Amino acid sequence: MIRIEPRDAPSRILTIGVPVISAVFALLLAAVPLAFAGANILQAYGQMFNGIFGSMFAFTEMLTRATPLIFTGLAATLAFRAKLWNIGAEGQLYLGAMAAVAVGTGLIDAPAFILVPLILFVGAAAGAAGMAGPAYLKTRFGADEVVTTLLLNFVILIFLQMMLEGPLKDPMGLGWPQSAPIVDNGTLPQLMPRMRIHSGLIIALVAAVLAHIMLSKTVWGFKLRAVGENAAAALHAGIGVKRTLMGAAIVSGALAGLAGVSEVAGLKGYLTADLSPGFGFTGIVVAMLAGLSPIGVVISAIFIASVFVGADTMSRAMGVSSFLADLVVALSLISVLVGGFIARYRVTRVKAEAA
Amino acid sequence: MDILQILITDSFWAAALRIATPLIFGVLGALICEKSGVLNLGIEGIFVAGAMAGWMAVWLGAGLWGGLVVAALVGGFFGLIHAILTVPLGLSQHVSGLGITMLATSLSYFSYRTALPQVSSPPRIEPFQPLDLPILSDLPFLGPVLFQQTAMTWLAIFMVALVWWVLERTPLGMAIRAVGDNPDAVDAQGLSVYGLRIGAIVAGSALMALGGAFLTMSAFDAFFFGMVNGRGWICIALVIFASWRPGKALLGAILFGAFDAFQVRLQTEVGAFVPSQVFLMAPYVLSIFALVIVARRAEYPRALLKPWFKGQRG
Repeated sequence: MIRIEPRDAPSRILTIGVPVISAVFALLLAAVPLAFAGANILQAYGQMFNGIFGSMFAFTEMLTRATPLIFTGLAATLAFRAKLWNIGAEGQLYLGAMAAVAVGTGLIDAPAFILVPLILFVGAAAGAAGMAGPAYLKTRFGADEVVTTLLLNFVILIFLQMMLEGPLKDPMGLGWPQSAPIVDNGTLPQLMPRMRIHSGLIIALVAAVLAHIMLSKTVWGFKLRAVGENAAAALHAGIGVKRTLMGAAIVSGALAGLAGVSEVAGLKGYLTADLSPGFGFTGIVVAMLAGLSPIGVVISAIFIASVFVGADTMSRAMGVSSFLADLVVALSLISVLVGGFIARYRVTRVKAEAA
Repeated sequence: MDILQILITDSFWAAALRIATPLIFGVLGALICEKSGVLNLGIEGIFVAGAMAGWMAVWLGAGLWGGLVVAALVGGFFGLIHAILTVPLGLSQHVSGLGITMLATSLSYFSYRTALPQVSSPPRIEPFQPLDLPILSDLPFLGPVLFQQTAMTWLAIFMVALVWWVLERTPLGMAIRAVGDNPDAVDAQGLSVYGLRIGAIVAGSALMALGGAFLTMSAFDAFFFGMVNGRGWICIALVIFASWRPGKALLGAILFGAFDAFQVRLQTEVGAFVPSQVFLMAPYVLSIFALVIVARRAEYPRALLKPWFKGQRG
C-alpha cells in the first residue's frame, strides 16, 4: 500500500532544485519530437545553444524576449499568490499597448522625461482597468474570474482589430492595420547601439524587485498572501478580502499592461495585432517555474526566452517547426507541477493493515 | 428584410444547431469532469487536439467514424494526464488544465507542421455530409433544421440523452455525482474516489475532443491554426450557465448558436453602419454577461476544485 504524505518543510535545495531540474527535463524531452521530425538531435541542441550564446546580438535578443515575460510572469505571480486566477494577461497587455499608442503617437507633444513616464502610466492604468473589471465581477457578483478573463482576451483582441482599422490606424500605413509609430520622445531608450535591447528590461527588473518587496516586506503583501492561503481565515482575522483581491487585480493588470507598453514603445515602435505571441499565457508558465517568487520570475523568464530564441534559430537552421518552443514551454509547466509535488510530498510504503 | 423575420427562417435555426454542435460536445465533457469535482481547463487544447487528430486520421485513410474514434482516444489521453495531475497528485486544477491546453495545442500544431511542412492551402478531406432521409429531410422547416444536419449533430444530441441517463438514472452516475459533492462519503462506501474521478475526466475529455473533431470533419474539411478560437472556454462558461444539467446544457448551447447565427445575419443587415468587430465580440460578451447573471445562484458541485487524498480526512 502506497501512501502520500506531506514533508515537514521543503528544503531550500528542493525549492530551487526542482524548477531547475524540471526545466532541464522538459528541454531534454524535446528530443522526442525532434527525433520524430527527423532532425539530428545533437546538432539541434547545438543550434539552440548557438541561438542564445552564439553572439552578443543573439544574447541581447534573448534578453529582449525575456523582458515582456518578466512583466507577465510578475502579473501572474501577484494574482496567483492571492489565488486570483488572472488568465487575461494577454488582453491586458494589449490594453496597455493601445493606451501607449493612443497617447504616444503625437497626441501629446512633450519632452521625453514627461512623455515616457506618462506612457508607462497610461499603459499600466489600462492594464489595471482590464483586470479590475473581472475582479469586480468576482467580488460583487461571484462571477468566476477564470472564465471572464479568458473570454475578455478575445473581446480585447477583436477590439484591438477594430481600433487598428479605425481610430488608431496609421494614415501613412499604406492600408495596413497598424498604428502610427510612437514619437521619438515617447520611445524607451535603447541600451546598446545596433542592438534591439531596450530600457524596458531595466523597468522590468525594477518591477521585479518592487514586487518582491511589496509581497514579502509590506502589510499589503502579507494580506495578499493570507487571502491566497486561506480566504476564510483571512476574513475572520479582519482582513478586507475583497479589497485585497481588488488590489492584487490592479497590480497584476498594471504589470501586464506594462508588458504591452514595453513591447510597443521599446521594441516594435508601432502596434499591430500580432504584437504578442502569447506572452500573457507564457507568463503563467514563467510564474509557476519561478514558484510564484518575483525574483525567481526574472530567472525563469530568461530560461523561457532562451527556449523561444534558441528554438527559433534551430528551426530556421534545421527546418523543424518552431512550434517546438511552445511544446517545450508546455512540458516545462507540467514538469514543474509534478516536480513541485515531489518536493512537497513523499511517497512512503505502509503495511496494508496499518491503512 | 425585417430583422425579426430572420428568427422564423429554417436556415437560421439550421445554422444555430450547426454552431451549437461542437459546443454541445464540449459542454457535456466539461460537465462530466466538473460533476466529479474536477475543473478541466484543458478543454481548449483538447478541442484543438481532437480537431487535428480526427482530421489527420481521416486524411490518412481511417474513414470518418474511425477518425472520430481516434479523436476521442486522443482527447481521453490528454484527459488522463490532467486526471493523474489533479486527482492522485492533487495539483492545482487551474494550472494543470492550462498546461494541458498548452501541451495539446502545441503538440497538435507541431505534429501538423511536421507532417505537412510546406503546404500553403491545407489538404482537404471528404467531411460528414448532411443527412438525406426519405420524407423527413423533405419536411417543411423541420427537414432543413433537424434532418439535413450531419450525423455528428445527431450524435451530439444522442450524447445529451446518454449523459443525462447515465448521470441521473444509473448507479455509476450517482457515484460520479457523489464524488463531486462528498468524496469522503463515497470512500466510506468502499468505492474508489480516484477511479471515479479519473474515469469521469477521461470520458469527459473524449467528448470534448469530438467537439473539436466536428470542426474539421463536419463544419469544415481541413485543419487551420487558431480554428478553435475560444470555443472551449465558452463551454466552461456554458456549464455554469446550465447549472451542471445536461438538458440545460443543450439549451444553452443552442441559445448560444442562435445568438451567433443571428449576429452573422444582423451583420449583413446593418454592417454598413456598425463595424463588423462589434458582432464578432458579441458572443464572448454575451457569455460573460450570462455568467454574471447566473453566478450568484450557481450551485457548484461542492467538492469542485478541492483535492482529496486517500487516508486524509478533509
